[in-house]
Amino acid sequence: MSPLLSDTALIFGRYARQTLRSHFQMLFGTLMPLLYLVFFGPLLTGLPLGSHGDSWQILVPGLLLQLGLFGAAFAGFAIIIEQNHGVVERMRVTPVSRLALLLGRVLRDALLFVFQAVLLVLAAVAMGLRAPFGGVLLGFVFVALFTAALAALSYALAFKVRTPQEFGPAVNALTMPSMLLSGLMLPMALGPRWLDVLSHFMPFRYLVDAMRAAYVGRYATEDMLYGTLTALALVALALTAGTRVFRTAAN
Amino acid sequence: MPLISTAGLSRTFTSKQGPVEAVRGIDLRVHPGEILGLLGPNGAGKTTTLRMLTTLLPPTGGAATVAGHDLFADPAGVRARIGYVAQSGGVDPSLTVREELATQGRLYRLGRAEAAARAEELAAELDFTALLDRKTTALSGGQRRRLDIAMGLTHRPPLLFLDEPTTGLDPASRAALWDLIRRLRADHGTTVVLTTHYLDEADALADRLVVVDEGRIVAEGTPAELKLRHAGSAEAALQEAFLAITGRGPAPQEEAPVAV
Repeated sequence: MSPLLSDTALIFGRYARQTLRSHFQMLFGTLMPLLYLVFFGPLLTGLPLGSHGDSWQILVPGLLLQLGLFGAAFAGFAIIIEQNHGVVERMRVTPVSRLALLLGRVLRDALLFVFQAVLLVLAAVAMGLRAPFGGVLLGFVFVALFTAALAALSYALAFKVRTPQEFGPAVNALTMPSMLLSGLMLPMALGPRWLDVLSHFMPFRYLVDAMRAAYVGRYATEDMLYGTLTALALVALALTAGTRVFRTAAN
Repeated sequence: MPLISTAGLSRTFTSKQGPVEAVRGIDLRVHPGEILGLLGPNGAGKTTTLRMLTTLLPPTGGAATVAGHDLFADPAGVRARIGYVAQSGGVDPSLTVREELATQGRLYRLGRAEAAARAEELAAELDFTALLDRKTTALSGGQRRRLDIAMGLTHRPPLLFLDEPTTGLDPASRAALWDLIRRLRADHGTTVVLTTHYLDEADALADRLVVVDEGRIVAEGTPAELKLRHAGSAEAALQEAFLAITGRGPAPQEEAPVAV
């Protein structure tokens, strides 16, 4: 096994074990989106949402991305705590691959997220979601990539700001507009033209559109193409920025 | 051949107020088997120097060879041959001593079984076998410090860096740690570079001292040489020499607890 792979497996194992031990993280991470599903989902069933598919096919992709957005964006908190204990430095002074330090963590985040996403989709099916199986699987791939990229960026940001007091507000300042302008809750096509135009400058919007296209089985569409390109660009950007930070971790 | 050799090693940070020269050109030689003490007032550049020598912080100028590898061209080679124990240690409070030692072994590319065996061995050598299955938060200050040092010794490095190893320890733990450092040198020939604020510690433990102030080396020599040169007598307190060299004493809250 190459050092990068074995190092990544080692780091992944360490953090995955820690996650499995913290039952609170598992429980509340899953509970929040379920609340949306139960208390917000039924409000939409009778409304014309100006998009393909029924209201569940529009809501569930949005909820999945929202779960990913808020889960992954705050991943950096863990790094701030570890920084204070000197754990990151201790690892950086060993020969371990810098990229593995990032990938191992990010992989844990993505996997935890997919686990929660599967639970959410199963619950949604129980409530009335009907969507093509392939589209749902494709949706998981999208959100896994999205979570991985976002978690990597969150780690990079955590290194820059260094205290939880700065990190929290900084993340909120980024996630709130991302959520509102990407049409996560309701399709942007419902809004006035200026809002729809503005939202095209928000990269997440393309992911949301692609996810919704997947959930109605429209695979060979522009939405899907742009969504895929956005996801890949996001991953490339995040891994580059994240690894750079782990390599130099300015202090 | 010196184990550390630097020429004009420097680091400039950029800040909103403009560039800050934390380290302004350090020429340092450390010989195999030496215990070298790095002294200086707060903000003198001790930790920055240590972080550069341990590959954690890229220097902005100069040249350095550490443990036979070029610091600039081959940081990975340096990492494989040095141990570093930061002031904050570096163990996760939610994990057990055994887990952290085993992970450290794997980070140094030992196999699973090898890493587990090395954890046992280190615990025996540093006298905390009974604590192996405790959470790291359950350890006392002195025990924690021994664990931190064990982590840095995982791969049997010929060169060990310790950043303020005895800060916050009670006198008995400090004395035990001094013994441990001397034993490392006696048993394994380990070269040790340590920073400290405690002048009695520097006096008792180090073969040679390097005093850093405002990012430069302002004095170096054995404790006796520094006392003779700067305080007029080899019998003087190191504190007097230190004051004469830097024009300042150590910060008052950093008075050392008495250790033997």
